[in-house]
Amino acid sequence: MSDAVGVQSAPGNTGFVDDWSQDKQVFGVPWGKAMMWIFLLSDTFIFSCFLVGYMSVRIATTDPWPNPSEVFGLEAFGVQVPLLLIAIMTFILITSSGTMALAVNMGYRKDRNKTFWLMVATAVLGATFVGMQAFEWSKLISEGVRPWENPFGAAQFGSSFFMITGFHGMHVSAGVIYLLVIAFRVKNGFYEKRGGNYEIVEITGLYWHFVDLVWVFIFAFFYLW
Amino acid sequence: MAETGQQHPLKIYWIMWGALFVLSGMSYATDFMDDGALRTFLILTFMFLKAGGIVLIFMHMGWERLALKISILGPPAALLVLIWLMSLEGAYVEDTRVEYYGESTFEPREPEHH
Repeated sequence: MSDAVGVQSAPGNTGFVDDWSQDKQVFGVPWGKAMMWIFLLSDTFIFSCFLVGYMSVRIATTDPWPNPSEVFGLEAFGVQVPLLLIAIMTFILITSSGTMALAVNMGYRKDRNKTFWLMVATAVLGATFVGMQAFEWSKLISEGVRPWENPFGAAQFGSSFFMITGFHGMHVSAGVIYLLVIAFRVKNGFYEKRGGNYEIVEITGLYWHFVDLVWVFIFAFFYLW
Repeated sequence: MAETGQQHPLKIYWIMWGALFVLSGMSYATDFMDDGALRTFLILTFMFLKAGGIVLIFMHMGWERLALKISILGPPAALLVLIWLMSLEGAYVEDTRVEYYGESTFEPREPEHH
């Protein structure tokens, strides 16, 4: 971190021009945070390509598109509830986003114990999400849904589903590992030896919130649309 | 570190967390509606509200300086062009399929429930 970090620029457009035209760091954030944001921007384009590809094949197919609320419906207490598992997964991911936001806050307060437990809670919720996704995949596979065909309608449904949720699930799994690594480092005093800076918790949080953000779009476009 | 430290009152997070639950619930509720323009509008509205809240509050983008906001939030606007072009392309591919192979004869099976 250099002197430029934390320097207040003028508000609005003047500050924007100052930031770019002066001989200093442009963004005024620690390099790790800037790099995480740029990585997330590139990841935005990857997920967007998947979602736009899904839109494109869904428009192009002449076969009927399977109705997601029926395909992903579950029977609970003798009643058929549409998208039940997906709704639960959505709420689990939102809960994990909240615990992550609190972990970032506790990190800045240098409350290592609370930060650790909140990050572990986030990781456990994330792992639960992946577990439920594995259940969803097994259920669909047992019903004959494949990337190249399915009994409910257009073959493109299966390819889009496995591609998009698979890639998202991989991000969640990587996030769980990332969270646990940082959480244990927070606990064992790794960052105390490096000047007691807990910016890393916020950077980890950016990744985790992004995973939740992607799910918001997948939920709207793939499951609800 | 006052500006970049991103230390904010806990209350903001509790409110945002609650709002995300409510918005997700409403988003899920659209699944019980009949298909139509209103449902599509609501799906998109709840989606953008949720996404905006996550980026601005949870990811702290609302408190970052304009240079970072524009660099990160600006480029995805190019996706609108991709969406537009790919929807034209998709419609064209469907037309040619109908033209050369005829309408679909696929008979879907009803999903079974467990």
